[in-house]
Amino acid sequence: MIVSFVAALLIGLAAWTGSQAGLQYLFGMALPLLAVVVFIGGMIWRVLYWAKSPVPFAIPTTGGQERSLDWIKPARLDTPMTKAGVVGRMLLEVLLFRSLFRNTTTRVDPQNMRITYFSSKWLWLFALLFHYCFLVTFIRHFRFFLEPVPVCLEWVEFFDGILQVGVPTLFLSNVLIVCALLFLFLRRIVNPKLRYISMANDYFPLFLIMGLVGTGICMRYFDKLDVAQAKVFIMGIVHFSPQSVEGLNPLFFTHLTFLSVLLIIFPFSKLVHMGGVFLSPTRNLPCNTRQVRHVNPWNKPTVFHTYAEYEDDFREPMAEAGLPLEISLEEAQAHDNEKSGKPVEPASAQ
Amino acid sequence: MAKLPKPEELMAGRPPFPAKGWMNTKPEFKAGNFCYPAKVEIMEGMHMPHPHEWRPDEEDWHLPENWEEIIYNGLKERLAKHRSLKVFLDSCVRCGACADKCHFFIGTNDPKNMPVLRAELLRSVYRKDFTLVGKLLGKVVGARKLDKNVIKEWFFYAYQCTECRRCSLFCPYGIDTAEITAIVRELLYELGLGINWVMEPVSNCNRTGNHIGLQPHALKDIIEFLCDDIETITGIRINPPLNEKGHEVLFITPSGDVFADPGIYTFMGYLMLFHEIGLDYTLSTYASEGGNFGSFVSFDMAKKLNAKMYAEAKRLGAKWILGGECGHMWRVVNQYMATYNGPAPDNMITPVSPITGTVFKHAAATKMIHIAEFTADLIKHGKLNLKPERNNHIITTYHDSCNPARAMGLLEEPRSILRAVCNNFVEMPPNTIREQTFCCGSGSGLNTEEIMELRLRGGMPRGNALRYVQQKNDVNWLTCICALDRAVLPTVANYWAPGVTVSGLHELVANALVMKGEIPRTMDLRQEDLPEPDVDESAASGEEDA
Ligand code: SF4
Ligand code: SF4
Repeated sequence: MIVSFVAALLIGLAAWTGSQAGLQYLFGMALPLLAVVVFIGGMIWRVLYWAKSPVPFAIPTTGGQERSLDWIKPARLDTPMTKAGVVGRMLLEVLLFRSLFRNTTTRVDPQNMRITYFSSKWLWLFALLFHYCFLVTFIRHFRFFLEPVPVCLEWVEFFDGILQVGVPTLFLSNVLIVCALLFLFLRRIVNPKLRYISMANDYFPLFLIMGLVGTGICMRYFDKLDVAQAKVFIMGIVHFSPQSVEGLNPLFFTHLTFLSVLLIIFPFSKLVHMGGVFLSPTRNLPCNTRQVRHVNPWNKPTVFHTYAEYEDDFREPMAEAGLPLEISLEEAQAHDNEKSGKPVEPASAQ
Repeated sequence: MAKLPKPEELMAGRPPFPAKGWMNTKPEFKAGNFCYPAKVEIMEGMHMPHPHEWRPDEEDWHLPENWEEIIYNGLKERLAKHRSLKVFLDSCVRCGACADKCHFFIGTNDPKNMPVLRAELLRSVYRKDFTLVGKLLGKVVGARKLDKNVIKEWFFYAYQCTECRRCSLFCPYGIDTAEITAIVRELLYELGLGINWVMEPVSNCNRTGNHIGLQPHALKDIIEFLCDDIETITGIRINPPLNEKGHEVLFITPSGDVFADPGIYTFMGYLMLFHEIGLDYTLSTYASEGGNFGSFVSFDMAKKLNAKMYAEAKRLGAKWILGGECGHMWRVVNQYMATYNGPAPDNMITPVSPITGTVFKHAAATKMIHIAEFTADLIKHGKLNLKPERNNHIITTYHDSCNPARAMGLLEEPRSILRAVCNNFVEMPPNTIREQTFCCGSGSGLNTEEIMELRLRGGMPRGNALRYVQQKNDVNWLTCICALDRAVLPTVANYWAPGVTVSGLHELVANALVMKGEIPRTMDLRQEDLPEPDVDESAASGEEDA
């Protein structure tokens, strides 16, 4: 955790001091451009890397009743048998975090010899909040890239600011994302299981996002950014015609730097879960494996102990027990003798 | 076998997390916490790579000289073959949602039994060898060099996972630790490291057709004994066809049902049911194993053993296959069989119940249905004359086995049967049944004596839920549809909820089944007295209720 914190802090500091020492173009333009290229290239590479390996087996996890007999109601979304069902399942998974919604907490109470499972939706709630706030914030930022600003963006802003408190209006998404981030961070520290499994690469993106959100909030409410100038500068980058950076808040460059680093590590870290969820074979396949044969591209020829070999092994006892045979004892014996050139003799134990 | 702690002690004595991080702790192999290695001759007989003598509790495991290369190439090959492996290794965010879902974690409190860390044992090596970031930054990003201790750790924890997939249900990305475990086991086999409790049944199954190595004539004898018992109970003689050609249905069930108490009663139940409805079927001594211990070794081995089912259906000219009550058998049949060994032979058709005419369209490709589906349909159509009162002394609950629940979705069929044949049916708490069911703790080839304590720990969540309904609802019976369950749950129940009897579903079906021409029943299939024996109708005519 410390390593990640220090790393994130250093990145922030470097950008902040650097942009005051005349490196604004480095942190404000070169790095973001590089980041976008790495992000797009990296994600394409990542998906191709996954896609290169086939899906040999259909192994969906069934989360409810299968479709078998007419009078038994199947779980169409948790155990989808059709393509449409799978799409539904995936939508629930991606948009509403269906699986996480099942979450429980286990408590073992040795005193009373009892294990209890509590429904535990906090992780689901805050994870959902975090992702949606991030999305809303992301969408709001389009106002920096688009001229004129589309109406739908204004709606988003209107609803996000619906509380109507403060000047500038407080965005709900700002408040909620801070809460969600704190929750996601604190549970890693407070919950012993989470503390035990968390690694630097779990904290690092969290700190980067905290930095990103923190600088963003600062620029909106406290150390205000000249939004108009920032937009001119950003449009400049988009159109590849660099504009002046004079007077822009160093926090702005710090903000951009956090974002850039996040984009750069995205395809090479756990953040790829964004793509992984779509490709997970326990979720994205129909549970109709008995109805439709799933083909394995590398299926090997079947080599197995055949019935003929089996009968050769056990012909005698099978005959004795009166079990039907493909080749009767006499036939087999005759065949053996033919091979070894001996006259026919009565059956004897091997 | 080491002496077992009392249940209270076992529950209270779960150790706290170690102070050191997981990369710096090593498993301690001691008698009772590991499965015995596979015998060399058996490994040789099955043409497994690098058979050799070794013991988990010895320092030197005598790995082949180029073991690092074998693992590297083995992992590389599997990454190229399984998208699941890549996606699962790359996508985990360590959110911990899976952590306390694993029965082995709940029972041992060993952090490496949290599915996320179990996978991390492989993931860390993957990072080091196959990702740029891992190569560059090493430990900081959870990458570590493969060394012999890692192999030992893999062995230790791959055999403390029953591949039950409970974790995969809760993971937001569907990461299936069972898949990781299966692949780690494959990699270990590449080094000649396997366990005997799995390899011996595999070898038996390969040669004799069933796990326990019953030869054809012995199997026939046992079945005849069981038919003797049926005759004693019902007065009806059944002579089930064996290896006969030209029957409509081939019936395959796990061999555990033929030889082990209480599985045998379930087997008798099948035979009585088939006789009563006049099913045109045959059993096979060659394909006398529904279970597939090969699936606990490698995908290839599972395929090899599974191939017999279709081969035999083809040879005998059976139109479809009816499968008995089993757990992992149905994982293989439902999710792998068509892929491994399909398409089904030409002589086979989509299963149709000859009694009700129901077409089982959902099995159009595999041509194989589960007996719970078959019987539920019979009962729904009123084709069975049932007297559930014969099971009135039983208050039963129902254990969903992992595979039919989470790899098939077979949840309501067995329940509908149970309700029809037993008047007292109580569910265990909701977070422990259906798709959230807890493993018996001994699945995937871990049902061996030498790790009894571990098994009871793994069975703790199941045992505890059982204890709960035992205390609350006076439950005295546990019905299940898995041969491994029937073998291991009696032990689990005896430990965590003593006094609960374990049985298969079709034992209760046959208890309740009124057969044409039977004598008034005075005992159940276990030949124990029925509390309310049948009234002899020839003596006191007609007061049977519907
Ligand atoms: S639930 Fe899935 S993503 Fe979360 S820690 Fe477990 S395996 Fe990783
Ligand atoms: S598959 Fe089952 S036993 Fe294995 S890690 Fe997941 S929950 Fe535990």
